[in-house]
Amino acid sequence: MPLLEVKNLRVEFPTRRGTLTAVDDVSFHIDPGEVLGVVGESGAGKSITGAAIIRLIEPPGRIAGGQVILNGRRIDNIPLDEMRHVRGKQIGAIFQDPLTTLNPLYSIGRQLVETMQTHLALSDREARARAIRWLEEVGIPGAAQRVDAYPHQFSGGMRQRVVIALALCAEPNLVIADEPTTALDVSIQAQVIALLKRLCREHGTAIMLVTHDMGVIAETADRVAVMYAGRIAEIGPVRDVVKHARHPYTEGLMGSIPALTHKVARLTQIEGAMPRLTDIPPGCAFHPRCPKVFERCRVERPDLMPTDGPNLAACWLHAPARGAREVGHAA
Amino acid sequence: MFAFIVSRLLQAIPVMLTVSLISFSMFAYVGDPVAIMLGQDYTEAQRAALVRELGLDRPFYVQFVVFLQNAAQGEFGLSYRLARPVADLILERMPATLELSFTAACLALVVGVPMGVYTGLYRDSWLSRFFLTISLIGVSLPTFLIGILLILVFAVILGVLPSFGRGETVAIGWWTTGFLTASGLKALILPSITLGMFQMTLIMRLVRSEMLEVLRTDYIKFARARGLSNRAVHFGHALKNTLVPVITITGLQLGAIIAFAIVTETVFQWPGMGLLFIQAVANADIPIMAAYLLLIALLFVVINLIVDLLYYAVDPRLRGGLRAAGGR
Amino acid sequence: MSASASAGGLARFLDSDLWYSFTRSPVVVLSAVVALSMIGAAILAPWIAPHDPFNLATLDLLDAFTPPAWDAEGDPRYLLGTDDQGRDVLSTIMHGARISLFVGFCSVVFAMTLGVTIGLIAGYVGGTTDAVLMRIADIKLTFPAILIALLVDGLVRAALPRELHDRIALWVVIFAIGISNWVPFARTVRGSTMVEKNKEYVMAARVIGLSSARIMRSHVLPNVMGPVLVIATLQLGFAILAEATLSFLGVGVPPTQPSLGTLIRIGNDFLFSGEWWITVFPGMTLAVMVLSVNLLGDWLRDALNPKLR
Repeated sequence: MPLLEVKNLRVEFPTRRGTLTAVDDVSFHIDPGEVLGVVGESGAGKSITGAAIIRLIEPPGRIAGGQVILNGRRIDNIPLDEMRHVRGKQIGAIFQDPLTTLNPLYSIGRQLVETMQTHLALSDREARARAIRWLEEVGIPGAAQRVDAYPHQFSGGMRQRVVIALALCAEPNLVIADEPTTALDVSIQAQVIALLKRLCREHGTAIMLVTHDMGVIAETADRVAVMYAGRIAEIGPVRDVVKHARHPYTEGLMGSIPALTHKVARLTQIEGAMPRLTDIPPGCAFHPRCPKVFERCRVERPDLMPTDGPNLAACWLHAPARGAREVGHAA
Repeated sequence: MFAFIVSRLLQAIPVMLTVSLISFSMFAYVGDPVAIMLGQDYTEAQRAALVRELGLDRPFYVQFVVFLQNAAQGEFGLSYRLARPVADLILERMPATLELSFTAACLALVVGVPMGVYTGLYRDSWLSRFFLTISLIGVSLPTFLIGILLILVFAVILGVLPSFGRGETVAIGWWTTGFLTASGLKALILPSITLGMFQMTLIMRLVRSEMLEVLRTDYIKFARARGLSNRAVHFGHALKNTLVPVITITGLQLGAIIAFAIVTETVFQWPGMGLLFIQAVANADIPIMAAYLLLIALLFVVINLIVDLLYYAVDPRLRGGLRAAGGR
Repeated sequence: MSASASAGGLARFLDSDLWYSFTRSPVVVLSAVVALSMIGAAILAPWIAPHDPFNLATLDLLDAFTPPAWDAEGDPRYLLGTDDQGRDVLSTIMHGARISLFVGFCSVVFAMTLGVTIGLIAGYVGGTTDAVLMRIADIKLTFPAILIALLVDGLVRAALPRELHDRIALWVVIFAIGISNWVPFARTVRGSTMVEKNKEYVMAARVIGLSSARIMRSHVLPNVMGPVLVIATLQLGFAILAEATLSFLGVGVPPTQPSLGTLIRIGNDFLFSGEWWITVFPGMTLAVMVLSVNLLGDWLRDALNPKLR
């Protein structure tokens, strides 16, 4: 049984000029202990998917359809009171900017203790000892002395380590890491990712790693989902997606990776830009930019479909219908 | 800690000096104090003698230093109008103003902060809308009108509360208090509501907007993502973070209460410093105006110091020695 | 050409978010209507007021203290009753609102001009000038505006001979209120100026030799006009209140030109003898006027920039 299953998830933002669909019919699963990478440009809906799973979408955004199933139990429709016991205890979260995710007025020890005591039956003394142990585990030097220090006394990289400790301290089965290294200095991004991966392997925690950085994904993820304009364009084992992309968008994306140690911000290879959510074209959302576009792409929207590899791709190039491929190449 | 206080006090010096200079310039250059003190008929010799006696023939900076020395000893000369020492007049009136301001400030805080927290947390509930409407009316109604309406209802129509004065007071040394008699307490009710109303609505609106701001921050989202209870998120994490700006503005507002007391005291004929001041303004009684200005400045400096100390207690970033972008 | 351009401008305005949020909120529409009709009634007071309260020839002391028209002892000629001198309360309110709005409007314009100028200079010149100006602003902010206005008024009163003061009292009040309210304007403009002056196009404009004044006027000013207008609207309510407070305290506009605050003060003397209408109606007018202006200001602030406070 998968740890997490997302079925046909749909997230909408009602606005004055109509309803925006930020996440549209997204389905995927995460197995226990697995690292699923979610990539895409900003605005592709990857962060909102993560936020929807733990039900922290900013109003007026709302889950408009689909199911989120954790350990065989639906969590998209339970009362927020029960959701509280899922957050932190079963699903941890790591946010982008460590400078703003820690409450500046409380010591890091207090924040750790508070989180653990919310979910685990621990005495003050046990919780404090455990807080120090967690700080040691995430590599804070002199943890025993620094447990009473305040966030502003740590550097950005150190603060993100504290955030990781906070996300893992109640021993969840899954961590949703939303751009965990984007705000960090390039030189320490690799360290923090390596730390996150090591800790999760040790504790058997699965990771949903949301990022726009293909380098990080290639290095860290077991499987990867590529998102475009609110939908999953392609999903599959990381090797296949990186080496043998089945969706033209993924192909373009892969072309944009220089060395794995560098940060990739822009997808220079693909002409044009991702459409805004207000004007997603009919048919396949990618068709205006697609080098292999053909007639069907303009009128009919493709769902994820099997390809000749282990990947699923939302692209008519892989439609079983006869002749489609030939037409596509001709165009 | 000690260094922190000292640096704050040092920063207060230029403020006090500037205010003193303004206050002194009022003495020295506005109107003709000599003519006012001598009255209608005087000879040039009398005038020259008085000028010398007052030291008005000495250079500007000497006069200023003498003024500062006198001010430090509470010596502000005689009121033009009442011909009594200004210091005595102010001391007599001070307890009335301070007791009124203190009561109004407590009222504003005790009611304003919880209302602000509530409207921030439950922004769409009907009670929040009700509070907000009330607060907007509170901000738009001038203080004196609130006073007049309260007098109309409770003193004129219902006749249950007094409409002017302090009632009976008890003297404790030079301080007179209305807190110890039933009529004193009764007399305090309408004026303190009048005075506190504006500050209360202001504090409520401030707490609310800070609360809304803080609730949008990443660390509140992160606290929710860790599954902390609403109680812990709202009253532990959010409320504490709203305190820093709230303390600043509230501190300033408490100072403003003492200034606004001028209006309330006029409406209720409350025998405080404000009434003294407004009479001084109407009669161009410069010594009282100058002394009142200095006293208010001193009060503000003290309030600011207390505000800074509270910051220090609330915000660990200040204790690290470097002061992050503090109050706004 | 210009007609079609302005028609296009109107069309664009009607399609804007601002207009949308305006029409969406009945309270805001209502306060706009109330504010506009009050301003209209005030401006047109000399022509549309039922009586001329300042023409002594038409006053009849026998009409004094007439209650409102719906009262048993009321007189249909005086809808809201008459005051101690037999003046029609409705007419005095219309004339009083005229003075109140005039003083409020002028003092905001004065505060705005002063504040914007100081803000531009502080932000553009920077350095010591900036430090000194902002220090003055800090000290100024420490004191409640009403106290500053009172002090300025008292000082002018002391410095000027009595009859000269009476003649220019209205302008003294405008000056006193304006001088006590320039800081918010200066702060906002200073901030925007500091951001703007480091942008590349300003550098470029400097390189080609445009004067600083011109750069500020044509590049910085248009950028800060939105927030400045919001502050101005919010300050208008305050300025009207400040004028009313000064007049109520007896140190504002001269009694020969009574504003709403003066009317309330006069009426206050008759509160205990039961002639409540002399003070309550001007008071309600003042409250409704300030409330509608404040509602408009609040809405404008939220609609233009939710972050601005």
